[in-house]
Amino acid sequence: MSNGIPELKVENLVVHYRTEDGLVRAVNDVSFEVQRGATMGLVGETGAGKTTTALAMMRLIPSPPGEMVSGRILFAGKDIMEYSEKEMDKVRGDTVSMVFQDPMTSLNPVLTVGEQIAEVIMLHQHLSREEARRKTCEMLELVGIPGARAEEYPHQFSGGMKQRVVIAIALACNPQILIADEPTTALDVTIQAQVLEMMRGLKKQFSTAMILITHDLGVVADICDMVAIMYAGRIIEYGTLADIFDDFKHPYTEGLFGSLPNLQKRHEKLKPIKGLMPDPCSLPEGCYFHPRCKYATDACRKIRPERTYLSENHYVECLAYQEGSGVTLGEEASHE
Amino acid sequence: MKQSKTSGLFSPTQAELDILAKYKKRSELGEIWRRLRKNKAAVLGLVLLFIIFMSALFADVLYDYETEVVLPNYSSTLIAPCLEHPLGTDELGRDVLARIVHGSRLSLEIALLSTAISLSVGGIIGAYAGYIGGRFDSVMMRIMDIFLAIPNMLLALAIVAALGPNLMNLIIAIAISDIPRFARILRSTVLSIKDNDFVEAARAAGAKRSTIVFREVIPNCLAPLIVQASIVMAAAIILAAGLSFIGLGVQPPAPEWGAMLSSGRAYIRDYQYLVLFPGLAIVITVLAFNLLGDGLRDALDPRLKQ
Repeated sequence: MSNGIPELKVENLVVHYRTEDGLVRAVNDVSFEVQRGATMGLVGETGAGKTTTALAMMRLIPSPPGEMVSGRILFAGKDIMEYSEKEMDKVRGDTVSMVFQDPMTSLNPVLTVGEQIAEVIMLHQHLSREEARRKTCEMLELVGIPGARAEEYPHQFSGGMKQRVVIAIALACNPQILIADEPTTALDVTIQAQVLEMMRGLKKQFSTAMILITHDLGVVADICDMVAIMYAGRIIEYGTLADIFDDFKHPYTEGLFGSLPNLQKRHEKLKPIKGLMPDPCSLPEGCYFHPRCKYATDACRKIRPERTYLSENHYVECLAYQEGSGVTLGEEASHE
Repeated sequence: MKQSKTSGLFSPTQAELDILAKYKKRSELGEIWRRLRKNKAAVLGLVLLFIIFMSALFADVLYDYETEVVLPNYSSTLIAPCLEHPLGTDELGRDVLARIVHGSRLSLEIALLSTAISLSVGGIIGAYAGYIGGRFDSVMMRIMDIFLAIPNMLLALAIVAALGPNLMNLIIAIAISDIPRFARILRSTVLSIKDNDFVEAARAAGAKRSTIVFREVIPNCLAPLIVQASIVMAAAIILAAGLSFIGLGVQPPAPEWGAMLSSGRAYIRDYQYLVLFPGLAIVITVLAFNLLGDGLRDALDPRLKQ
């Protein structure tokens, strides 16, 4: 099925929340595509709009107050915005499924984990109860939990095991697209490595297109093929893993890597990015990042940077790379 | 094609097949029963209810309805409790024990049927009102408020008076007067459940609204619902007895406990047992329902396990 059509394509997605405090512009003109078997990392600070982007892809934005203002979301070339709710029910959990952030609350406390896995299977595949039960045990074994524990309740599992159950539920119907919203955040590093290894294996075996939402650059380096850096609802830099890790261009990406501890220079202090993410109710004019950018110039305060392609797959939204803007990353502008 | 995707990853070995068999065997009901048994009060309630249910079931074997329960026998009126009549006889010479045993049929029928009706109707109204919210919720709950504003007894009284006093109308009247209680309880529980991530996760898994309401939300509301059902069942017995007592329920000569209290009232000075024993029957049945309800609440909630 390698006909060139990406498994998932998001075009110019804009999502707003209309609240009493005003318009929250959570996602502003986001576009990306993920091929079969590829993994895209969606990286950004808390509040950058990562989860909203993910929910939009499932058409699960709570409405009201949420609203998809514009944009198209295509699964294997088909626009899901044209689907009815009923058709969407069939797609969710089957074609596309999602691993939620918090495993503690995303399992139903009064159903056994086996029932919860079997439920997804029976919703989408016409299997007998017996087959569904066998598949349930398979899925549990797949994520490293003995099949016999299917009859136990979520409170009898540890946090890491719960997250693996959640992943088992998401994978139960072999989705073509898997959206994982910080799947490893609640896990300790050894389990994290196992889960990532497992997801890598599944990706290879089933050619699942995967979107991994995270703020952990280590996880991204481990598993992603493409990386999108998100800031204030925009993808400000996008490229292959090598592009982003070895040849990052945007000052924000630079800041992200700068705020990682360096093992070679253990005595060096961390260099966090100064300031906070702008309030999505009142985004700044010009470049959204300029209040925190150490290279910011007057032009940055007025002109919104456009997408500038550095190579076929690598683009950046920064005036410094836009021809004729006159902005360079030469010297740090004084911030007084 | 889809199903064969994972088969390469995992093929069950014998040990795993054994595990599957075990998974099948250990049933959920057995688990609940094991937990219920630990609760002494619940077991007492269960034993009492078992006796009451058995006497209702075998009432015809123990005492003949026509000759012993309904037909007057003027040669043996108002005999105090003795060996032949353990609970004495009434003013028409009918054995009180026989009437109480047959009366349990009526009481249980009224309690179970009316609660089943009000639980399903009220439960569904409350669950959907809570889950959908908005205008639907407001309208449904205001209607329920109107019903709640009228005291249970008066509402049931009005309905029976309008429909005419007989067993079926009595059941309908009690059921209607209990609907708002279930609706409110379920609505408030649903409100606290529906914002949980697992409801969102179920939507992300492609579950329909009805699937979410019935599989994800309602099972989480079972504990308060069961406690409420046991209280309502007990209250239904009292309400039925009350309505029969004032002549608007089951009509004599049917041996309804409330009706027996009513007819025994005239002889209360000299023959107290005529009201004592039907009254005791009501108290014990109501108590048994409440004890069992409390026990079930603890046993059904998997979070209270161990």
